[in-house]
Amino acid sequence: MGMREAGKAATAPESVTTESRLARAVLIALAVLFLAIFLILPVLVVFSEALAKGFSFYLTTFKDADAQAAIRLTLIVAAIAVPLNTLFGIAASWAIAKFEFPGKSLLTTLIDLPFSISPVISGMIYVLLFGAQGYFGPWLTAHGVQIIFALPGIVLATVFVTFPFVARELIPLMQEQGSADEEAALTLGASGFQAFLTITLPNIAWGLLYGVLLCNARAMGEFGAVSVVSGHISGLTNTIPLQVELLYNDYNFAAAFAMASLLTLLALVTLAAKTLLEMRYGDSLATSSRL
Amino acid sequence: MLRFRQQSVLPGFGIAFGFSLFYLSLIVLLPLAALVAEAAGLGLTGIWNIAVEPRVLAALRTSFGLAFLAAVADLFVGFLIAWVLTRYQFPGRKLLDAVIDLPFALPTAVAGIALATLYAPNGWIGAILAHIGVKIAFTPAGIFVALVFVALPFTVRPVQPLISEIDRSLEEVSATLGASRWQTIRYVIMPMLSPALLTGFALAFARSVSEYGSVIFIAGNLPYVSEIAPVLIVIKLQEFDYRGATAIALIMLALAFAALLAINLAQAMRRRRYGHA
Repeated sequence: MGMREAGKAATAPESVTTESRLARAVLIALAVLFLAIFLILPVLVVFSEALAKGFSFYLTTFKDADAQAAIRLTLIVAAIAVPLNTLFGIAASWAIAKFEFPGKSLLTTLIDLPFSISPVISGMIYVLLFGAQGYFGPWLTAHGVQIIFALPGIVLATVFVTFPFVARELIPLMQEQGSADEEAALTLGASGFQAFLTITLPNIAWGLLYGVLLCNARAMGEFGAVSVVSGHISGLTNTIPLQVELLYNDYNFAAAFAMASLLTLLALVTLAAKTLLEMRYGDSLATSSRL
Repeated sequence: MLRFRQQSVLPGFGIAFGFSLFYLSLIVLLPLAALVAEAAGLGLTGIWNIAVEPRVLAALRTSFGLAFLAAVADLFVGFLIAWVLTRYQFPGRKLLDAVIDLPFALPTAVAGIALATLYAPNGWIGAILAHIGVKIAFTPAGIFVALVFVALPFTVRPVQPLISEIDRSLEEVSATLGASRWQTIRYVIMPMLSPALLTGFALAFARSVSEYGSVIFIAGNLPYVSEIAPVLIVIKLQEFDYRGATAIALIMLALAFAALLAINLAQAMRRRRYGHA
């Protein structure tokens, strides 16, 4: 019996390859109930609390100078971290997917390393390097350069936690695609850069977008690593997530959730775009990287 | 002549490889080297002395114990959700499938304050539970709830493709040979899914151990009771006690690594016993 007929038979109540109608209903209800309580309620509570004091209060939150500074800082950090990691992702996947060299799997493993390190530890390692009592601390102080508790530290910590996103999407994708197309272009007289621009880039475009999207969402929302290196100076070194924490700990709940609603909207847009990309361009995304 | 890389007609290896290595060294390897150097300065006895401090021990127990419990809970819930989303057709299925990734997409601080508000004694869920005398927020149970939230996608996503790849004719054979539906699931389907379930469990555990943002708001962070190890690292760093922070970080990394190694070994032993992946 073919797969299709088996699938059709599965909808019949007496089918032997599925559960009874009652069991199915109970299991679906359980799964839906769990997802509603555990995943959907937290999102609803963000908007409900953000609008608890009315829409005009919601809007005044963003007129606050510290709130605007936090939004600006978050945008600046993402504007530095995401392009850097995108450039790295393209370079690393070109080297790993198109060439054979010793130590390749070690390199691939090292690229994934930041994913398996706790956000707090990710921030901490930069404090060890550049903090007041860190290895380069005294030298930096003597030369009037501040990294920790300033923008450079926040950017470094963000770059670290978002490091693998683009690379781990592009490497398997470019490996699946091989390099026959590029070789043909070179044979026909294209320069290496032309081949990359007109052959490789269009081939990886959707995967690249997918990786950049996830990288950006994490860059703007990172909390633990940034928290360690930021110093929490409102109006100066607080990103949106840190400002959320500050407002919340000050019992300024409506404002905290208003700021949080910005990040929640970003998360929902990212999720929608991700789902759309997977549905429409699933074939041009790397199958192994989807998690 | 021996070459570092094999011949290829494609250009750009030098610059792509060189830049990748430079960037990787600068961003990832150099800072991690600082961690190793700091640890070397401490020595094994130094690390041990910090590890057995009662407050550190309590925080490690809280972190690893609750991460384990949350990963177990997610293992069961994740399997149920993966099964329902893959096998059954019902309205809203695609939407629910997209919702699974929410804990990945939602910044941890946002999840943290949302969960703390939901489960606080006057929150939507907390108020209901207060009626029956159950307190979640600002207790270890709150940490458990937050970890179940952040780690859920890890136990759903690896299992889904395997469920859809199951050859349904095997289930027919099993039924034809007289197995009940439950026996088919238990003895035919589960062994095929167990590698993915174990992978999901390991990922969920690793993520839960290292989680910070979504936990601190709901935990209450009471020393010896609801204080997780990452919180203790942050406190030590604020006191400029870099060595103490490094020691806790190293113990966390080592324990997490040992746990993952144990799971990998279990996988390998299972493979040898069944003779397939």
